[in-house]
Amino acid sequence: MESKQAGHDRKTPTSGCAAGGCGGGSALDRLPAATRERVRNHPCFSEDAHQHYARMHVAVAPACNIQCHYCNRKYDCANESRPGVVSELLEPQQAADKVAAVAAHIPQLSVVGIAGPGDPLANPERTFATFRLIAERTPDLRLCVSTNGLALPEAVDTLCRYNIEHVTITINCLDPDIGAEIYPWVFWNNRRVRGRKGAEILIEQQQLGLERLVERGMLVKVNSVLIPGVNDQHLTEVSRAVKAKGAFLHNLMPLIAEPEHGTFYGLMGQRAPRASELRALQTECAGDMAIMRHCKQCRADAVGMLGEDRSAEFTLERIATLEIDDAAALARRTAAREAIEQRRRGVAPALVPLSTLSASRPRPATHAARIAVASSDGRLVDQHFGHAERFLVYEVDEQGERLLDERPLARYCNGAEHCDEDDDALAPALAALADCAMVLCSRIGLAPWERLETAGIRPNGELAMLPIEQALRAAHRELAERGALSIDEPQRATLSA
Amino acid sequence: MALKITSGCVNCWACEPLCPSAAIEPASPHFRIDPAACSECAGEYADPQCASICPIEGAIVDASGAALNPPGSLTGIPPRLLEQTRARIQAR
Ligand code: SF4
Ligand code: SF4
Ligand code: SF4
Repeated sequence: MESKQAGHDRKTPTSGCAAGGCGGGSALDRLPAATRERVRNHPCFSEDAHQHYARMHVAVAPACNIQCHYCNRKYDCANESRPGVVSELLEPQQAADKVAAVAAHIPQLSVVGIAGPGDPLANPERTFATFRLIAERTPDLRLCVSTNGLALPEAVDTLCRYNIEHVTITINCLDPDIGAEIYPWVFWNNRRVRGRKGAEILIEQQQLGLERLVERGMLVKVNSVLIPGVNDQHLTEVSRAVKAKGAFLHNLMPLIAEPEHGTFYGLMGQRAPRASELRALQTECAGDMAIMRHCKQCRADAVGMLGEDRSAEFTLERIATLEIDDAAALARRTAAREAIEQRRRGVAPALVPLSTLSASRPRPATHAARIAVASSDGRLVDQHFGHAERFLVYEVDEQGERLLDERPLARYCNGAEHCDEDDDALAPALAALADCAMVLCSRIGLAPWERLETAGIRPNGELAMLPIEQALRAAHRELAERGALSIDEPQRATLSA
Repeated sequence: MALKITSGCVNCWACEPLCPSAAIEPASPHFRIDPAACSECAGEYADPQCASICPIEGAIVDASGAALNPPGSLTGIPPRLLEQTRARIQAR
């Protein structure tokens, strides 16, 4: 399924110095002013913007042309979202309707991305049709796309024609021997190409795609998945190389490999990096490259502010019943943006990394804790402990929180008969929460309260009905005040390494 | 001569656009190949296209029921080496 690339050129909106060579400073400093301005309002890039602007992803691209060992194709692309998540597949028209509906209800919406559920560029017709329809109906929204890079070089002309604002490439390695440990095969020229040879093709295409995009003035972000024992030693080199080629931001993400996600790594017991290992690498790379630290690994159909997901409010049935006045919605968005910018005025446009870039500035020790949440909608702490069928487990430290896992209790039942017996009704919950310091819920009975406390898991019903992010911050503070947090700092990681 | 899609299929759409005979269609509970239309890509490609991109071992079988991508072929780890590989990976 080659997309037909008309060869004609189209000028891109950025000015001439995007390809670097303007010398000095970080990758961000080298960006043309117009580009910096665009990034400034992007919730995924700018730490400040993510508190003001919302983003959404539309899941229109199901197919993929490679295999990553951390991905199970039953679920969404693990390069962009957490593993084990399934997004509802949309047709391009449905996606454009959904975008219009969300844009009418969430005027802070600034960015629409296609990140899956497979590889967007392995589905060029669907992906580009979606972008075209969105641009027609909601022309003020900025578009972005992410890819594994295999089909990227040939798609660059089209991407520029559709006026995509930025592209994310997941690049895990430059060395095909390392690649062979991550990618068992790629589909290339009508064949499945395996092992080192396949990895070599993928790496070449990624690098070529990166070069061509930068040449055309496109913003390129690079994602890398940190896989201990595979590419951990190699990623500083990747970071340097992609910076040299003109990528403007590097997002280092932890491998998530749980057996129940059914990925190759998960099933084989590949371990995930510790938070301290991830931070140490981010700090190491930050000397060379602008590093992104607040990525939440959103799902392919996420809607709303970063860290929240309101996709459940925008089901296809609901969208079908909505009447949307596009012009009025556009006016509301424009007004919302003006208000946001007024609030932000005076606040320096702190791009994500600038505050954390300097390698010489000592980073404060952080205290990480795992905290579980009983929530029916993924937004509020709104569930009775005893009614929760799954818990959301977050890793929280002073810098923020990251959703690690969704843990359905069914997964922790050792056979249904067992769970039905009264005395063991709590066993699955205790097993699911074993590694958590605290569990947040709206209410909880006395018996489970006591069992949780005995197991060293603090139950907490006092943050009921708060948004999860806010509740997590309060819970983290409470744990810190009790001295119940372990120190997790880069220095320690280096010492014990 | 035709290939067949089994219940292992995860409905990922990857095979559908590749088929030179337009023999593959989305269906419930999973994609299906029209046996009258499938040529096994004979004369078109060296390898059957659907089976060359399908990410799921065992999801596509031939007329005799044999998987075109048997267990271990897509992870690159033959079943007899599984334990060894697991030990190597867990040592990381
Ligand atoms: S590129 Fe994405 S969808 Fe494709 S195998 Fe890798 S993680 Fe999965
Ligand atoms: S073998 Fe070839 S012709 Fe038959 S369904 Fe697969 S792709 Fe189509
Ligand atoms: S490629 Fe395989 S899993 Fe995907 S739709 Fe086709 S048969 Fe199903």
